[in-house]
Amino acid sequence: MITENISTPVISHKKKLSLTINGEVKTLEVKPWVSLLDCLREHLDLTGTKKGCDHGQCGACTVIVDGKRILSCLTLAVMKDGASITTIEGIGKDGELHPLQKAFIDHDAFQCGYCTPGQICSAIGMIAEGKAKTRTEVKELMSGNLCRCGANTNIIDAIMEVQEGLTNE
Amino acid sequence: MSTMEKNYKPEQPAVGQSISRLEGYEKVTGAARYAGEFNVSDLLYGYVINSTITKGKIISINTEKAEAIPGVVKVFHHKNRPSLAWFSMQYADMDAPPGSPFQPLADHKIKYNGQPIALLVAESFELARYAATLVEITYEQEDFKTDLIANITEARAPKGGLATFLKPPPPKPVGNFEKAYENSPFQASGKFVHGTEHHNPIELFTTTTVYKGKGKVTIYDKTQGTVNCQLYVANVFGLHFKDVRVISPYVGGAFGSGLRPQYQLFFSVLAALELKRNVRVTLDRHQMFTFGHRPPTVQFTRFGASADGKVNALNHEAIAETSRFEDYTEVVVNWSHMLYPAKNTLFKYNLVPLDVFSPLDMRAPGGSTGLHAIESTMDDLAYQMKIDPLEFRLINYAEQDESVGRPYSSKELRQCYLQGAEQFGWNKRNPEPRSMRRGNKLVGYGMATGIWEAMQLPARASATITTEGKLHVNSAVTDIGTGTLTVMSQIAADEMGLHMDDVTFTYGDSKMAFAPIQGGSFTVSSVGSAIKAACNALKKKILKKAKSIGNSPFKRVKIDEVIFADRKMISIDNPAVFISYSDIIAANGHKVIKSVNFAMPKVFKLKKYSRAAHSAAFVEVEVDEELGIINVTRAVTAVAAGKIINPKTARSQILGGMIWSISKALREESITDHRFGKYMNMNIAEYHIPVHADIHDLQVIFVEEKDDIVNELGTKGVGEIGLAAMPPAIANAIFHATGKRVNQFPIHFDTLM
Repeated sequence: MITENISTPVISHKKKLSLTINGEVKTLEVKPWVSLLDCLREHLDLTGTKKGCDHGQCGACTVIVDGKRILSCLTLAVMKDGASITTIEGIGKDGELHPLQKAFIDHDAFQCGYCTPGQICSAIGMIAEGKAKTRTEVKELMSGNLCRCGANTNIIDAIMEVQEGLTNE
Repeated sequence: MSTMEKNYKPEQPAVGQSISRLEGYEKVTGAARYAGEFNVSDLLYGYVINSTITKGKIISINTEKAEAIPGVVKVFHHKNRPSLAWFSMQYADMDAPPGSPFQPLADHKIKYNGQPIALLVAESFELARYAATLVEITYEQEDFKTDLIANITEARAPKGGLATFLKPPPPKPVGNFEKAYENSPFQASGKFVHGTEHHNPIELFTTTTVYKGKGKVTIYDKTQGTVNCQLYVANVFGLHFKDVRVISPYVGGAFGSGLRPQYQLFFSVLAALELKRNVRVTLDRHQMFTFGHRPPTVQFTRFGASADGKVNALNHEAIAETSRFEDYTEVVVNWSHMLYPAKNTLFKYNLVPLDVFSPLDMRAPGGSTGLHAIESTMDDLAYQMKIDPLEFRLINYAEQDESVGRPYSSKELRQCYLQGAEQFGWNKRNPEPRSMRRGNKLVGYGMATGIWEAMQLPARASATITTEGKLHVNSAVTDIGTGTLTVMSQIAADEMGLHMDDVTFTYGDSKMAFAPIQGGSFTVSSVGSAIKAACNALKKKILKKAKSIGNSPFKRVKIDEVIFADRKMISIDNPAVFISYSDIIAANGHKVIKSVNFAMPKVFKLKKYSRAAHSAAFVEVEVDEELGIINVTRAVTAVAAGKIINPKTARSQILGGMIWSISKALREESITDHRFGKYMNMNIAEYHIPVHADIHDLQVIFVEEKDDIVNELGTKGVGEIGLAAMPPAIANAIFHATGKRVNQFPIHFDTLM
């Protein structure tokens, strides 16, 4: 009985959806149970977005959807039909690195690099939210993005440099 | 390759410069591809099914419902496993402890909770994960034991084996400890309890196996040893060594978890060979708790000191968990006598085999466990004697390693103490516990000493002058985020007198020159020395070629009469006599000049010395007086680790170790429910590691330390030493703040209330 119910997604059909990813319109067909994260990584070969837990605990899968940072592992791709999505691959413009990407390199704000795309996307989203002014507030609002290598101080240094640069402009 | 660092000064030696990671561009743009990101065509997805019981037998596996779903390809389990390697030894990898390595799907026996017992392969990841839930398994359960504390009386001596080469047993007793301790006017003792920890790199363990035809595979694996995995796969699946290629260009953290081949590798290769398809197996976060871990350990210390402040009796005993099939050991109790020259010692290290998976080296294995007990007991003694804890360390400073009676190849620990204390402002400390406050917070200062052995293993490197007159170097070594690519490129550039942008270093491929597993802080010393050896041999080949040119001005020149600088070989006597690398290549018929060489530790010279990196950590904590909440507000770690090749990446290694220290002392622990024999917090919401908001002011000092003995480069490694001193310094600072000495890690606020 239960088995029959939960096996429903298996026989369900692919849904057609349209996503604007890094400025490019992509039309694709995916089953409703495909997360936005797996859609990016497995269906669109955009592997810059990382899977660290698949449960919204680590932040490695953070992408920007319609200007807001979200966890792509907790989002089904079909929920975002018509949305505009920016991934780490689309952060830089015209071959130029985004200031945060540069700052991350300068401050050695990563070691293994696996949490890095999520940290950068999350920081872009956080700066856009405009709530964090001080270093303490930035640390608090970046705390959904775990770093196991222990690059934390360098990550916050990089973000502060960019945030302060924006405020001073 | 990224654009060169703006601070890089090509006119100066690259070694010693703070150069940004060469792979930085790839890592910040998402271009870096990790093991699970090679999207080869025709890919199948495997999902592992784990045992839900702790010990017993599988009675039945029913795969009918799962295999009825279109898109499900096959379920592999012990009943349909193809014939594989017969002997236990064939499953032993380079890091296998004494015993019989775990063999996935070998039979119906369950040895631990979470044991992988089947692999479901399907056309998509979602389908594999879902269909795995439809596989019906029945078990017969048996009694089991997983509780170290409850079974502590079963402790026994560990079995010896090859591993004891890198992990020596405790030193033999010296003098008469019991008598000396009894007669000591000052005595301190403690029982220290550490829980289980899991490495939890953010990247999940993944293998993508590309089927290359009969008996041939190319494997993208998450590992700290490409050659180690190549060896394992060849042995287990009976393939030719050269038909197995393991590639790990980027590794999303490992911290020891990749030192041994993990089970996703076995399953991915098994399925690929059987199905003749490309197969990816990715573990989920829950499954990241179903292989190696830092073992829970109980330690007992008794230190005695004489009236003049000298420690004269040291007793340190440890009892650690291991599995029933392998005797995993760590060096826990060998450190105190390396640091403090007592005349009477007694050290013991024993194991309790339990129904768990074998433990596995995790950042600063053994050292970060043992030093907590040693340095907190030292702190306790200092308070009893009313001597400043730093002064107490200086009174007991070991000029040589008394545990083996040998001098240190170099030891600038005194400078670590002094420079660390100065930077931290240790002199502002009021010696009385509970004497310093900030509002409703108790403030405490604590310090501790760190030590980690400086090792070198045999390694090989290949060095080539390319047709463009540039240098290419390669090694099978991985870069797990430590900065290996950058550091090796720096070493190579200086050896051949080249700019960094004229050097390429490729790595992370078992086809390349042999490298040992990447761990133990020995990678720079091992692979760096191999690069030096290969470059030295290359220089001789260049000179030989130069001599062969008609009318060569180098005809009578010897290798010690030339230098290699500015992309040329130059005569020392007459700098006007030189030949550029491009001209050498032209003279060689536009063919490359290559040399592949081994570097071995100079065992006979080295055995006269002890070799170790040292550190001193100084920590300030705030403890909320009512709520007990602990905050590490600032910390300084001063490190003496020989030559620092790249201060920028080395500093990050130490910072990482310091954040791991906060995690170890205050956060992380896998908690077992011993009624079920399983971990209860198998996810990274409930397995706590520090978040950005937990991390405050951290400072790193590298103390100047010259070492001509330890290896050709004078390096000691920095991967572990950042996690050696700071956990006890945190515990000591909490004592200073609150007057309570808590010897159980992690320290939770409820113990302070």
